[in-house]
Parts: sequence; C-alpha cells; structure tokens
Amino acid sequence: MTEFLQHLVNGLSLGSIYALIAIGYTMVFGILQLINFAHGEVYMVGAFIGMYSSVYLKLAENPSIGSLLIAMTLAMVGCAIVGFLIEKLAYRPLRGSPRINVLITAVGVSLFLQYSGQLVFGSSPQFFPELYKSSAEGGIWSFGELKINPLQTIVLGISVCLMIALQFIIFKTRLGRAMRAVSFSHDNASLMGIPTNRVISYTFMLGSALAGAAGVLVGLVYPKIEPLMGVMPGLKAFIAAVLGGIGNVVGAVVGALVLGLAEALVVGYWAPTFRDALAFILMILILLYKPTGLFGTKRTEKV
Amino acid sequence: MASKRNLFSALIIVSAMLTFGCKKEGDTTTSTGGATKVEGDVIKIGEVGSLTGNEATFGTSTHNGIELAIKEQNAAGGINGKKIELTTLDNQGKPEEAATAITKLITQNKVVAVLGEVASSRSIAMAPIAQQYGIPMVSPSSTNPQVTALGDYIFRVCFIDPFQGQVMAKFALDTLKVKKVAILRDVRNDYSVGLANYFIETFKAGGGEIVVDQSYSAGDVDFKAQLTAIREKKPEAVFVPGYYTEVGLVARQAKELGLNVPLMGGDGWDSPKLTEIGGKSIEGSYFSNHYSHEDKAVYVQDFIKKYKADYKVIPDGLAAMGYDAAKVLFEAMKKSPGLTTKEIRDQLAQTKDYQGVTGKITINEKRDAVKSAVVLRVDKDGFKYQTTVAP
Amino acid sequence: MDLSLQKTARLKSFGGWGAAVAAIWILNFFIQDIVDPYVFSVIMYAGINITLAVSLNLINGFTGQFSMGHAGFMSVGGYISAFIFMNLPPEFSHDPILSQFTFVGALIVAGLGAALIGYIVGLPSLRLRGDYLAIVTLGFGEIIRVIILNVDAIGGARGLPSIPQLSSFAWVYTVAVVTTFTIWQLIKSSQGRAFMSVREDEIAAESMGVDTTKTKVQAFVIGAFFAGIAGALFGHYLRYLNPQTFDFNRSFEIIIIVVLGGMGSITGSIFSAVLLTALKEVLRDLKEYTGVDLRMIIYSLLLIVFMLTRPNGIFGTRELPEIISDLKKKFGYRKKSDKVGSKS
Repeated sequence: MTEFLQHLVNGLSLGSIYALIAIGYTMVFGILQLINFAHGEVYMVGAFIGMYSSVYLKLAENPSIGSLLIAMTLAMVGCAIVGFLIEKLAYRPLRGSPRINVLITAVGVSLFLQYSGQLVFGSSPQFFPELYKSSAEGGIWSFGELKINPLQTIVLGISVCLMIALQFIIFKTRLGRAMRAVSFSHDNASLMGIPTNRVISYTFMLGSALAGAAGVLVGLVYPKIEPLMGVMPGLKAFIAAVLGGIGNVVGAVVGALVLGLAEALVVGYWAPTFRDALAFILMILILLYKPTGLFGTKRTEKV
Repeated sequence: MASKRNLFSALIIVSAMLTFGCKKEGDTTTSTGGATKVEGDVIKIGEVGSLTGNEATFGTSTHNGIELAIKEQNAAGGINGKKIELTTLDNQGKPEEAATAITKLITQNKVVAVLGEVASSRSIAMAPIAQQYGIPMVSPSSTNPQVTALGDYIFRVCFIDPFQGQVMAKFALDTLKVKKVAILRDVRNDYSVGLANYFIETFKAGGGEIVVDQSYSAGDVDFKAQLTAIREKKPEAVFVPGYYTEVGLVARQAKELGLNVPLMGGDGWDSPKLTEIGGKSIEGSYFSNHYSHEDKAVYVQDFIKKYKADYKVIPDGLAAMGYDAAKVLFEAMKKSPGLTTKEIRDQLAQTKDYQGVTGKITINEKRDAVKSAVVLRVDKDGFKYQTTVAP
Repeated sequence: MDLSLQKTARLKSFGGWGAAVAAIWILNFFIQDIVDPYVFSVIMYAGINITLAVSLNLINGFTGQFSMGHAGFMSVGGYISAFIFMNLPPEFSHDPILSQFTFVGALIVAGLGAALIGYIVGLPSLRLRGDYLAIVTLGFGEIIRVIILNVDAIGGARGLPSIPQLSSFAWVYTVAVVTTFTIWQLIKSSQGRAFMSVREDEIAAESMGVDTTKTKVQAFVIGAFFAGIAGALFGHYLRYLNPQTFDFNRSFEIIIIVVLGGMGSITGSIFSAVLLTALKEVLRDLKEYTGVDLRMIIYSLLLIVFMLTRPNGIFGTRELPEIISDLKKKFGYRKKSDKVGSKS
C-alpha cells in the first residue's frame, strides 16, 4: 500500500514538473497554433540563468525563499527576452506562411539553442546550487515509509498558482481578452483594433518567462543542468498539453499530472524501459480517440 | 499490361546486374596494411571523439587528457626527435560520423595511429576501418569485449566489462557481505547494460540474489519510480553502473526515499561532478575504478597537478584514460625505429607493465589491457581507496 | 495527345534511367580506384541520403503530410536486413555471388518490413493533420527505437556489430535511381495528382472523389519502403547498427535535406542531399580554424534563414529541367535586352 502511495506521490511530483513547462507551451500554442519546439530550450536557458545568477550573486550562501525568488525573477526576465527575440526574429516574419514552415523554423530554433548552449555553457552537466533548504529533517517529510520532498510540494503549489494566475489573466484582463480574440482569428482581432503582433509578443514573453521559472524550479529539485536538458521534458510537456487539450491551461496541468502518474506507475509496476515510449503511446491514443484532449473544445474546420 | 512488361524487364535488368556486378565484390576484402610510414619531422596521429552531442562531456574530458599527454611528450622532445601532431575530429556521438571521421584521418590526414573512441558503440564502427587500412587504433575506455575482437590493429588501455563486473560482484559478496542486490541500469547505454549483465553473472554464481532489475535512460532526471520499486524489494545494496551524469541524482533520490543502502558502480562514476551533484547522499557508495586519486605515487599526483593547471578542474576517469591511451601509444612509437604502422602495432601488442596513471598496463593476446582495478568509497573529502583487485 | 507519341516519350525517358543505372554499374568497377576512400564514404552516405530524402519528399513534399519519423522506418529496414544475415550461414555473407542475391532479397524484405510498419503507423495517425501528425510520427519513431532497445536478440542497447559490408557504390546508387524513378513516375501519374491534391486542399480533394486517407497511407507506405531499404544499405555499409543512431535527430536531418532542397522537388532533394552531406564534411575542416565545432549551429541557422528568406527551398516545387529551361529563357531574354539597350 505504501508503495502504491509512494508511486502516486512520485507521479504527482514528476507531473508537476511537466505541468510547469506545459503551461507555457499550451499558451503559445493556443494563440499561434504553433508547436514551439524551442520551448524546452528556453526552459534550459532559464535553468542556466538561474544557476549563473546564484553563483555570481552568491545566493546559495544563504538559502531562503528570498534567494529562490531572486534567481527565479532573473531567469524569468532573461527568458522573456529570449522568447521575445525568438518570436520577433524567427516566427513573426513567417506569419501568414504555411504552418509547416513555422514548424520547421521552430525545429531550427530548437536545434540552434541546443548547440549554441553546448558552446556557451559547455557540454558537461552543471550543479544547480541549493537556493532553498527545507527545515524538515534531512529535507524530507516522512510518514513512515512514505517520503515526500517538500521542494516538490512547492513546485506543485507554484504550478497551481501559476495556473490560477494565468486563468485570471486570460479570462479577466484586457490583455487576456485580446489574447483570446487573437487566438480565435488573427484577422478579425486586428480588424477590431487589437494590436495582434504586440499581443502575440506578450504571450510569447509570458510563456517563456514561465519556462524560465520552470527551469529554476527543476534545477532546485533535480540539481543537474545541461544544455540538452530541455529536449525530453519539452516533448513530454507538449504531450501533457495535448492530453489536456492544447491551448487550455487547466488542461495542461491536469494532463501533466496524468502523464506523471502514468509514468510512475508504468515504471513501478510494469516495464521501466518503456517509459519514454509511454508518453507517446498515451498521446497517440488520445489523439485518435479524443483529438481535442481531455479539456479541449472542438474547432470545426472552415471550408 | 504495360506495368507487367516493365516489371519483367526490370527483373531481367536486376539479374543481369547481379551476375555482372559480382566479380568486383570478391576482391575488395583483401587489403593489407602496415606499409604506411612516418615521413618528415612530425608524427601525425588522429583522435575521434564526441565533442558535441549527447555525450560531449565524455569526449571533451578524454580529449583534454590526450592533449595533455601530447603537450608533455613534445616538451620532452617528442618521439625520437619528431614532434607529435594531433588532429581531432568530432563525431557528435554518432557511430557513422565516427566511421567517416576515422576514414578521413587515415586517408586524408595520413595519420599513423588513431586514439578513440570513448564509447564502445563508436569504437565498433571505427575498428573495421582502422583494421582495413592497418592503422593501429587505441581506445581509451571502450569496455565492450567485442571492440578489440574486430581486428589485430585494435587495442584498448582499459579493462573490459566482464572483469569490472566481476570486481564489483566479488566486492559486494566478500567485502560488503551482501546477498540481495538490486540493479538500476542505463538502458540507453551499451556500457551500462554490459556491465550490469556481467555483474549479475558473477554475483549469482557467487550465491547472491538479484532482487530486482530496473532501468532508466541517459538524460533522465527522475528516478523515484524505479527507486520506489527497488525499495520495496529491500535490497542490501544497489548496483548502478551508469555515468556520473545521472548517478548523482540517483543517489539523492534514493536517500529522499529512505533507501539507505550503499550504491555501487563502475568507472563511469569517476568525476568530481559525482560528489558535486550527489552531495551528501552519494557518500558511502562504492565504485570500481582504474586508479585512485589518493595514490601518492608521483605519476598520479603529477598528472592531477598538471591537468588542474591546464584545465582548472580535477581530472575525471576519462581524462586519465585518454592520457594513458596516448602515453601507451607514444611508448610503442618510441620503440619502433622505422615508425611504420606495422611496427607500432607490434610494439603496442608487446606493451608490458607500462606504468600509466590508471595502473600498470599490460596488453594481452586479445589486445585488451590487463590491469588491476581498485574499489573506491565515496567520502566527504573525495574518493577513498578500499582495495585492489588483480585480474 | 497522340497515344503513340506519349509512349515513345515514355520509352525514351525509360532509356535515360536505364543508362543511368548502367553507368553506375560501370563506374562501380573503378570508382574506388579514382576517388579517395574518405571522399568515397561521403559519396556513399550522400547516396543513402538521396534515397531517404526523395522518399520523405513523397510524404512531406508531395502529399503535404509532415512526417518526423523517417528514422524509425530506416531503423526497421536496417535491423531486418542485418537480422537476416545474422541468421544465415556465413557463406551467404561471403560468397561473392550468393551474397549478392541474398542482399537483394534482404533489401526487398527490409523495405517490405518497413512498409508494413509504415502502414501500421500511417493508418491511424494519418487521420491527424499538420502539427499533430508531425508529433505523432515523431512519437512512433521513438517508440520503434525504444522497442529495438529492448529486444536482446538484435543487440538492444549494445547494438549489432559485424554486419557484412555488402552496400557497394552500385547498390547504393541503383537504389537511389530506382527510388527516384519510382517516385518520379508516381507523381507524374494520376495517382501523383491525387497526392498533390491532398497537399493543396484536403477537403476539395475529398469532394473531387479522392480517397484522402488511402492516398496518404499510400504515400506513407511507399516512403517507408524506400526508407527501409536505405536503412539496410546504411547498416551494410557501416557494418554496425545502434538504436541511438535512429533517434529523432536523424529524422530532423532528413527533413532538413528535404526542406532545403524544396518540398515537392525531387531533383531539389537530390541536390540538397548531396550538398548537405558534402557541407557537413566541409564544415568539419572549418573546425581547424575556429577551434569549435560549429556544424550543427550552422545547420540550424541555415534552416531558419531558409525558412525566412526562401521558404520553398532551393528548388521550390520545380524540377531541375524546368529550372534549366527557365534559366535559359532568362539568359536569352537578357541578351536581347542588352542589345536593345546598346542601340538606344
């Protein structure tokens, strides 16, 4: 029984990591219908900004929520800038061209960031400093055999908070309304006087900032970062977003948690080597039987 | 109808081609090497390594070790008065790139010997080509037994998986006195899979029991699901024959889950990054290695000092292996007055008791290095020497 | 059009293809004597890449489906052929005549195996569009890789060494010509117009009576067939297969070739396969001056820059003959205008 509970806890904590990345992913997709392959790489950049800022500002010397927030803010700002540049330089000129072209560009940007990351940051894995230490004994909450890492509850908490904040932005603010309008139709939105390019830019920066935050938090929980760290989590987060219904922020979080749980259970009880395949199998099944995802709304194709 | 006729004519053409093209195929296999000779004042050697891609960190370490060895040798007057010139080609961690790279080194750069590769998968792709041209190839750290079986020009300066698996299995049985061990292998990595298999073989033969065999993929960061499943089986130790890039996190998460048993591993652990990432959690774990950093011997301390001076980091195991591979090659070159590839090969094969950083190296008739392994314990202030296991 | 005229035109074009194959087989006798072995290996990989790119172009370029799983089909073919030779007595790999016949058989079986997987993958996933299809095919590619990783009989993570080297220049380029020929004939036929109608407008194609799902699956199966053969050629050239060789980066590589050559241009794919395979090696030398390996960075930048400035690739959807005749026209026109200019 404890084993099962432990697997649930593991699954949720893994899922919360995916959720953090998936939220940004799904936002960008929602507005542009673009799989931003580079999202995983922005997350990697965020982790490295977090690491370098904590090394240079000596944040790890007094681990606290404060230091964590400083590193996270810097990473978010840095990633927002990266996101802005990516959108401005690589995606904006392609507005209106076939989606395949944009997709290929996204792959190009992703590869570019991966390999320039290896050049700039070096290829060996780096240790991510401990910015926050839990006061619990050994840094772990124990309930008998059941162990919970407080850091991971923080990650889960932050993902849920971000999800709520985003829901608020999307549904209650002017920017959010503009975003929804743009995601519905670029042309109509601009006819209504919405500066579509600026709205898309904001969305990108917001999504990238979220990826930056995710980078720092993941660095905290799994203190090993490297230039290629974004590839698999990026894909998994995308799958999570698809599971939840792409473009839907709540769906992304739920999808991520489902994916995390599924992976934990498959590894725990069945075949660990099929873990990476599992995510894709889940995605294929959901796309075939419920292409809109768990929470998605159906869009009819206009002829 | 037309398509039927086309099909028929296609068949005729194909069978004609077959009989026509066969003649050439038969005589391509004969290729005798060994005639290549060093001309002029420089000795050109090549290196193929994974300097970019997924395994860039391993390739870079090895490359640093090799460069250091060359710098030293040239400072000491080179080999018989000739300077050594190294050409390094990247393979992005891909076997086919490694094959192209070694072809280029041999046929364009006209190297007389090749150093590489770290990973067995790429060495296996390179070996037939080195063999075909009769160019000696020395792998620093490909531990798969198949590598040197591919030809008599292929050498390695490391011990092979079966030996290392044995060392750790015996250590577990005799020193740690454990009977129930769990395995956590890296399924993406041929090195890890091989080592795990040989460990299991010896461990079972010695009366031990493998309680569970779990796996992960290189690049993963979350191992809690595997570790929870392992914890449930209550092993007395966990064998994790992966690379330091993942093992640090494995150790952390094992401790988080309250899995307080020693971890064991192989030479892939040897890196300062292991303790940096693993922190306190990795302390009390054991791994087999080629040498101990603590060894007071001059050749070890000297190497560590020089490496630190050049690259500002403590050398990991792969750097030491790269250094030794180059040194063993130079030793063989010194003994070949004509410096033909055939001579170098013969001298390599006769390497005996060469004192490298990673131990006394003797090349056996299978062209594998016979050398003892040490078992180290990870402690607060570095890797502590435990025992030496002779082959 | 006059039927007989059409027929002679077709026969004439057949003659060209046949001559190409004959030239390849004659060249096979002495190519290794005239080119350096390193250049030769680049030529071999270029040939394999031609087959891969042209076959992917049928799916991505002509049918407009974005597949990112080509490496998966390639690995299926490679492993099937290697497995066949693994289980045959050694004389099948060494006997000069027997090995050739077995090799052709193995190539075909490898292609069929990959085509079968292509069918299994294609049938369900081709109901999806654009980006989703891209990611699903990527997923299938990864699933295939994970499965291979777990099958111990074919080496698993340790890979499959000592595969007999049977891919000669002649075979690699014969396959490239056959692939090009097949796909060329296919797209010039009514079936080809069905492929392109699916690319242009699926709904319109459907309403014109094109069975879009069937068309897409056909493109997938044919593409996978040739990718499988290319995979077998690859394995029998490198003499070693490893599941890591066929991860999604390999699929990206093929996509880059197709995109830069022009999606919907066969000659473009061939041109770009040769160009990029060679470029990779040229950039290798660049490292001697820069000290760092910039190859992949340059590749990815090329991809982005191309998409921004010339999204249709080098050739667009046009073929080499059209481009040449266009250039001739342009050239001729300029000459005339120059004369006019000089008069006034």
